[in-house]
Amino acid sequence: MTVVDLVEAAPVPVEQVRQARRRPIRRARLVAAGLSLVLLGVFAARVLLGDFTFTVPDFFRILFGAEIPGASYILMESKLPRAVLGVLVGAAFGVGGAIFQTTLRNPLAAPDIIGVSLGASAAAVFAIVSLGQAGTPVSVAAIVGAVAVSVLVRLVAGTTGGYRLVLIGVGVAAALSSVIQYLFTRADVYDAQLALRWMTGSVSAADWPTIRILAGFLLVLVPILVWLARSLRITELGDDVALGLGVTTRRTDALLVLAVLLTAVAVAAAGPIAFVAFLAGPIARALNGGRTTLVGAGLVGAIVVVGADYVADYLLADINFPVGVVTGAFGAPFLIWLLARGRTERRAA
Amino acid sequence: MTVQPTISALEEEKVMDRPIEPGRLVADGVSLGYGDRPVVTDLTVRVPDHRVTVVVGPNACGKSTLLRGMARLLRPMSGAVLLDGKAVHQLSTKQVARTLGLLPQNPVAPEGVTVVDLVGRGRHPHQGAFRRWSADDEAAVVEALELTDTVDLADRLVDELSGGQRQRVWIAMALAQGTDLLLLDEPTTYLDVAHQVEMLDLLTDLNHTRGTTIVMVLHDLNLSARYADHLVAMKDGEVVAEGAPGSVVTEETVRAVFGLGNRVITDPVSHTPLVVPVGRHHGKEAR
Repeated sequence: MTVVDLVEAAPVPVEQVRQARRRPIRRARLVAAGLSLVLLGVFAARVLLGDFTFTVPDFFRILFGAEIPGASYILMESKLPRAVLGVLVGAAFGVGGAIFQTTLRNPLAAPDIIGVSLGASAAAVFAIVSLGQAGTPVSVAAIVGAVAVSVLVRLVAGTTGGYRLVLIGVGVAAALSSVIQYLFTRADVYDAQLALRWMTGSVSAADWPTIRILAGFLLVLVPILVWLARSLRITELGDDVALGLGVTTRRTDALLVLAVLLTAVAVAAAGPIAFVAFLAGPIARALNGGRTTLVGAGLVGAIVVVGADYVADYLLADINFPVGVVTGAFGAPFLIWLLARGRTERRAA
Repeated sequence: MTVQPTISALEEEKVMDRPIEPGRLVADGVSLGYGDRPVVTDLTVRVPDHRVTVVVGPNACGKSTLLRGMARLLRPMSGAVLLDGKAVHQLSTKQVARTLGLLPQNPVAPEGVTVVDLVGRGRHPHQGAFRRWSADDEAAVVEALELTDTVDLADRLVDELSGGQRQRVWIAMALAQGTDLLLLDEPTTYLDVAHQVEMLDLLTDLNHTRGTTIVMVLHDLNLSARYADHLVAMKDGEVVAEGAPGSVVTEETVRAVFGLGNRVITDPVSHTPLVVPVGRHHGKEAR
């Protein structure tokens, strides 16, 4: 028997363990690379194709300052900002939702479900309908609403964990829906239409100043996220195990605050685009063999928003849906599928 | 036929050759509870170093509460849990995590986590913000997997494992943490008797080979008597008896703690006390 045979017959534990440890890491990288390519493809399609097509050389010429009458305006003031805003809000929703779902250990614990997005909506609708505001004040109201509802849900739920928090969040969301309904009954037709459009979520009004503000927020939040993300691997083991490993529930709360802020700034920029925060994490996880990665969730979120915006814009000739209509139409069946699957696959703890 | 030594003689011998030192982990006059309702009041328990300490008692006697207090999961209302003479709640939690490991009751792994990934997370207290995965980490994980006989499960998903395998993997995670003290809250719950014995053998190996101080809450009195060096019997938030199993597990103590008629005989295998419960239908003469 040669040495090689021996090694194959009984793999050295060290090597076996090293291989086992690296395999999921390699897979996650592969998935991230694949998703990046898909995002690039969707982004290119969104910017270059449609009712006004660009060639790649033209795209770069315009991007670097060349003036092509008509084309420059459509690209720089409509198509490109729309796609860029889609990437930013999609990634923010995806990462925010995945942090919620992972930390609270419940796929239903996404900001769309537990009232964070509805908190933003209620505050924004109030600002539009009752205060007659538009633009920046509405966005500020949305951020304040999202944060206020999160704090409320967290305080009521206490520290007893995910399941209770989801139930309370769903309850708060229902209450907020009725607040929004009430505000609509008091609104005049013009304001109501504006508020409705805001609530559906849309990137069609994208402009560079909005993108700059959103990008500024993300530039602050993302480094903090990178720093905190390492403890996500520990906090997701549950409060007791996490504390045993030296990670306190304060870290969990910090992660949730970050997720709320990511969601809030994205909602402020584009409205609560339905189900993106909820969908991105589980899709990324399914692609990644069951593991959630924030990079994967962010990429999926960006792909979903940019892709859905493309579909919304060109699916039916002459009709421009807001992107939220498309994500909602796909999100609701996905939710039902997820719940049905959870019922049959749940294991005894 | 050999004459079996009596329990007391055996225990004396044990105590003689391994003197009990003042412990690194002490619950010093702690009151613990949930909300403002105390479950244990002014309790002092010294955990002997390098020994296996088992806390037993009826349901709701405060044994898990005491363990949670010692593991700093609960902040004492008064008194303090001391680790190396300092209050655990005043030490940095990461620093404590390098000395004191913890396995709570029924931990649940997140979906899609492999065994080696979970065990590797036990290294978290040893990793800084910038220092990531090191050769030390790798070696600790391999050793933990080898000790728990889970090397061949390394790339399996934790949710796919059987109850016994899963519990071994969680223990491996706690071992990878490389702490001198290890607290376990009912590590044998939901395991069948064979896996219970396997688990307790594993912990005893750990205690013998590494000298790890082990504190655990167990339900099975007879296994507790067999595996404990130091037994703490609690009732209504108070310590009723404490010491070597031979001196703690007596018919009077068991009756006082559990309110159960019983006979205590010598375990033919381990020569530790064996409690035989007496119910309403059997053994009328013993009641």
